Amino acid sequence: MVTTAGVVAWQVLAHVMDPEIPVLSVLDLGIVRDVSESPDGRRVVVVVTPTYSGCPATEVIVSDIRTALDSAYDEVDVRVQLLPAWTTDWLSVEGRDKLRGFGIAPPAGRALLPVLGSDRPDACPQCGSREVEQLAEFGSTPCKALWRCVACREPFDYFKIL
Amino acid sequence: MSRTSELPSVEAVADGCLLLSHRLTEWVGDAPTMEEDVALGNIALDLLGQARGLLSHLGDEDQLAYFRDADDFRNPAICAAPNGDFARTMLRQLFADCWLEVVWAAWSQHADDVVRGVAAKAVKENAYHRRHSRSWVVRLGDGTEESRRRLLFALEELWPLTADLALPGWREAVTDVLVEATIPVPAAVEGDDEAIAACDEARRELLAEMQSLARAHPGATW
Repeated sequence: MVTTAGVVAWQVLAHVMDPEIPVLSVLDLGIVRDVSESPDGRRVVVVVTPTYSGCPATEVIVSDIRTALDSAYDEVDVRVQLLPAWTTDWLSVEGRDKLRGFGIAPPAGRALLPVLGSDRPDACPQCGSREVEQLAEFGSTPCKALWRCVACREPFDYFKIL
Repeated sequence: MSRTSELPSVEAVADGCLLLSHRLTEWVGDAPTMEEDVALGNIALDLLGQARGLLSHLGDEDQLAYFRDADDFRNPAICAAPNGDFARTMLRQLFADCWLEVVWAAWSQHADDVVRGVAAKAVKENAYHRRHSRSWVVRLGDGTEESRRRLLFALEELWPLTADLALPGWREAVTDVLVEATIPVPAAVEGDDEAIAACDEARRELLAEMQSLARAHPGATW
């Protein structure tokens, strides 16, 4: 099995989106850790790592990846791997821009333990002001917190450093 | 408090996360603010994910969660303790978060790949949970007369349940927060059999509810 990196698979995966944040592909999220294709191009193995332990989107994503690859391969094997643990450092540069365009402030720094203390957005994704304040430490999905812009008064999601 | 120097079993941590997760979901829709509904729901999800990672490593996760009898669970007593008011829930959470912090950090070097994998994720998630429970305990302890009264009452009730959490480093972590909350740190105590028996009873009631659907429709899927 272990041969060339499946070019077709990478192209397909670029169009499998996160169900919760539909502007991000699974590649932007950095959760696809490995892709390998059989020499005849009929079989593919994709290694995926979950974001948060309890993220309900993980099972949907695994199923979406399988469905998307089914049309390009005879046999699709999606494996879930825990180590190394996913980190927001793996979000692609394009993914960060897409988040901002979608109204979500991207993680504003590298993941370091302890994550406590300095985890705050750089700027409001709406107006760009740096005057922002936290409304709640937890948000609509495990990966986000709820913040508000002091300048334009709009609330926004912040993708927490993990 | 007798100091537990040995790390808990994988089963104890899995069961603790599962039951604590269920307890937190009891707040959803009923928390003091909508932001707390969301926060407790998110923390419960992380704990559930951590429990599932460990339970599915030990066997069939559904079998272990839904078809095991209450007396066979191995969780620390406090994880099944009823929510009480918000102060009690937050203090229980702080105690559990500080315990899990020690466990996940130690298990990040575990010889078993799956346990190490669950721990490597959980150690980061737990840091957010602990920041949340710490900030509430400080705010309640050093808040109004009423919030302080409630937190002190919660401490009196929960402290006797902490004997099996007291891994090296746990008491120091909890003490830091209590001092910041201007709450006197209780002296070391032995586990209280009566209080622990009450948690065992609470666990039976919790599981009777949590397991009822799966037991009424074994093998059901959607």
